[in-house]
Parts: sequence; C-alpha cells; structure tokens
Amino acid sequence: MKILVPVKRVVDFNVKIRVKPDGSGVDLQNVKMSMNPFDEIAVEEALRLKEAGKAEEVVVVSIGPAKAEETLRTALAMGADRAILVETDDAVEPLAIAKILKGIVEAESPGLVILGKQAIDDDSNQTGQMLAALLGWGQGTFASKVELADGQVAVTREIDGGLQTVSVRLPAVITTDLRLNEPRYASLPNIMKAKKKPLEKTTPADFGVAIAARLRILKTEEPVRRIAGVKVGSVAELVDKLKTEAGVL
Amino acid sequence: MAILLLADHDHAGLSGQTAKTLTAALQIGGDVHILVAGPNARPAAEAAARLAGVAKVLLTDSGTFEHVLAEPLADLIVSLAPGYDTILAAATSTGKNVMPRVAALLDVAQVSDIIEVLAPDIFKRPIYAGNAIQTVQTTDAIRVITVRTAAFAATAGGAAVPIEPVAAVAERGLASFVDETASISDRPELASARVIISGGRALGSLEKFNEVILPVADKLGAAVGASRAAVDAGYAPNDWQVGQTGKIVAPQLYIAVGISGAIQHLAGMKDSKVIVAINKDVDAPIFQIADYGLVADLFEALPELEKAL
Repeated sequence: MKILVPVKRVVDFNVKIRVKPDGSGVDLQNVKMSMNPFDEIAVEEALRLKEAGKAEEVVVVSIGPAKAEETLRTALAMGADRAILVETDDAVEPLAIAKILKGIVEAESPGLVILGKQAIDDDSNQTGQMLAALLGWGQGTFASKVELADGQVAVTREIDGGLQTVSVRLPAVITTDLRLNEPRYASLPNIMKAKKKPLEKTTPADFGVAIAARLRILKTEEPVRRIAGVKVGSVAELVDKLKTEAGVL
Repeated sequence: MAILLLADHDHAGLSGQTAKTLTAALQIGGDVHILVAGPNARPAAEAAARLAGVAKVLLTDSGTFEHVLAEPLADLIVSLAPGYDTILAAATSTGKNVMPRVAALLDVAQVSDIIEVLAPDIFKRPIYAGNAIQTVQTTDAIRVITVRTAAFAATAGGAAVPIEPVAAVAERGLASFVDETASISDRPELASARVIISGGRALGSLEKFNEVILPVADKLGAAVGASRAAVDAGYAPNDWQVGQTGKIVAPQLYIAVGISGAIQHLAGMKDSKVIVAINKDVDAPIFQIADYGLVADLFEALPELEKAL
C-alpha cells in the first residue's frame, strides 16, 4: 500500500507573529518557516506504518511556493520516499487544496492519505474532511491512534469529552491530533540523502483546478488585548475581591 | 432564505452549545431551522424547539446517527441543503468533523470558528491561534460556518415551535462505530462551566494535581482544566486541556494555577470574564492578562484558598 502525506509550509510555531499595521495580513518577511507540526505527525505516522511492514511507499506532497521544496526535503529526510510539489504563489484555500489533492490521489492511488488536522496559520481544520468528501471516502479525524487491519483502519479519535474509535473502510483519509506520536528528527546523513530523492514539480493547472479564492479577506488585525489587573497580597484578599469587586463568587 | 443549524446533542438532551450557535444564526438573520439527528432524539428536539428565535425543528429519528459519524451526517445535511443559504454548527468535535465534508460536497468554502457576525456574509475569525483576527467575506451561494461558541451568549427559552420529521439518507457504509470512552465526571463540563480551575506543569505530578486542584474545584463547583504542558506530562487527561489545541472556554471565573501562560493556553481562555492567576514566578506571562494575580507558592495558596471559600 502507498501512503500519501500532504504537508504545508507555515510560520514556525515558535515565532511570535506580527500583524501588519495596515491590516493587510500577517508579516511573513524574514520569518522562520517550518513544516506544519500536525503534518510532521502525519509524516511520522506514515513512516511508522511503512516500518511496520504495513505500507510500501510514503509519498509527500506540498502545494505552495517554490520554497515549499524545503518542507518536502524535510519530509524526505525524515524518511519519505519521494515528493510532489504543486507550485503556486497564490494563497490556496482548503477547498482548492482538497481538489488538487484529489487529482494527486487519482494519479497515485494511495490506500491511505494522512494529514494534519489543521494548519497552525489559518487554523481552518478543513482539508482532510473536504478531501474525503470529494473522494467519497470515509474519514478518521483528530486521530490519537491508528491501527491498520484487513481492508479497514481503526482510528481512535480525540472528541469532546473522551475518545471515540471508528473503523473506516480503506482507502481512507486520516487527520492527526497531537498525541498520535512524537515525530523523529532527521539525521544529518538522511538530510544529505534527501537531497537526491525524487521530487516532481507540477502546478494547480495540471490538475485542472481553479484556485481562485472563495473568501475575501477584508482585514487582518491584532486581537483585543486584555489589560493586566492588580496583584493581590494574600489568598484572603483574593477571595474578598472576587466576592465584592468582581462578584463571581 | 433560511438557516439550517446542526444541533449539538446526546439524543436525550441538547448541549449548551446549540443555544449559543443559535445566537450567531439569529445575528446572520433569517428563519432558523434546527436539525436534530439521532435515534430516540425527540427529547433533544423538544429542547431545541423551546429555544427563543427558532422557526422550526427538523428531527431525523434514525439509528444511523447514533454515534454522529461524519459520513452519513454530511449526506443528510447535503440532502436538506437546497432549502438553505446558510448552514452552521458549533465548532465542537462533531461540527469540525462534519461541516467541511458538507462544504466540499456543496462545492463551497467553509468559514471556520467565527467569533463575530458583522454582516450576513462577513465574519471575524481567529487565525494563528488567536494572535490575529481576520475579517472574511463569503462569496458562495451557500455559507457553511462553524461557530466558536465561547464568543456568543446563549439564547433564552421561548414558546415551543413545531417539530417536523425528516427522512434519513441511505448509509454508504464508509465507516462504523467501534467504541467510545467518555471521561466520566461529576463535575461540570469545561465548555459550559461557570467556574474553571486549571493546573499547569508546576503541579509536578498527577498525585499533586489531584490533591491540590480537585478539593478547590469541588468547593467552587468548578470544572477542571489543564495546560498542554500538564497534559503532556501526564498530570491530567487530555480532554481537560484548555488551549488552542484543546478546549476554548469563556467562563465567568477562570483560575489558572501554576500555569505560565503560553500563547497556546491563552488562546483557549482569554475570553473568560474574570481571570485569576496564581504563580510563583512574578514574571509569568499569565499575569499580563489576569485580572487578579497572586504571586505565591501554589502548594500553600491552594489549601488556604480551599479553606477560605
């Protein structure tokens, strides 16, 4: 079985982002970029399935600017076999991403697509579910455990108030949650090796997908900041203030 | 045109999320129809019918929806979609699971996690874990939306409106339910609690977390939360996690104990009405957003707090 893992290049999770003063967006100039953390977990899960003999090949794909090649090389250095870059400088919304991925799935015929539950930039949490819908496949979202069995995959999902396990017929789409695994670091020899692994370049037009935006972004602004309140000197003072001043006790 | 609102329920009753999502729906404007899908879900439908502002309730009484799997539920919503220009749900684990599937099947974009309705087609939503707020306008004929309920008040009750039966759709058998482990607790749920007390990594162990946090929670009748650091360290179960990747909450009173205030945690609780921080480190970022800060050793302050309540 082949596993397809879509990955996104995003602002590194350690970076404190800056909103442009003119409201036109978030400043991405000279900001460290990395693979979306949930996608790293997806790559790791695919590699573990391959190492356990449950899959033969791990193909990674990224849709984004030329520099997304770096993100793909990172995935290759972790152990993925080959990569596909769908190059575009436009911002592509989840629906169009899902349509492009559908085209790749039709060409590659993977048994499983594993991707992050959301990207930490736009926080949409849509692409995996949309891809499953377009393919007519089942989905196992927010996965904290994945077990492949005959023609099925059992996915334990993190839901409000507990865990739910569903059995999804293959082929299927899985989206990863934080506790699924801890991604490995790429070793230096593997980083060198990754430079020689195959990377195919395509464009959204190759898949016949129109990537025109459906959502108009009118403004991007800083959130309203809370103002620090007062320091209290003791527990007694705290309880008193909560009772009399704040009225919440 | 009308608005279809997917109810959040457990068949026997409606969760508080539905009344909050309804507020957002009423701000968008139009006749709001609440869809309740599930076996023996009439009690939930009756509760939905008594929410102020609802025009009618649609009830699909079918075992297909017992475990609210995304695949059949999306097909059901899509079968009803031609009568609606807006379809929305709370951004719960169910809403997040099913709504993008609906949007893709309708070939429209989804607006995730709205926190404000500016016009019927213009919304505010957080990006970058709440570190920026985007104003977006939809251009599709049907708007598919998930609502961050912490940002909306619940609607009041009203006179009961009619409940209409709706036919289920054929099951495609893409996925099946295996089991569910609910965290059983006598305490209020995080999403709807009036008071929340949360512990962080400074608690140091599962035993200490339980020993120090739980008695105060019991005294306050509070829900218990935890930071991601505390959850990752195994001090608290995952579904107690408050933060961008956990629950987003907005109680009347939020008490953060031994939580430094990482961006990821603040994103989950900064809309609380009153925030109290108890931390040994005077420079902890949590103090920058706390209404009341107490610089103290939590192992001394918490037992004292329990006695003072």
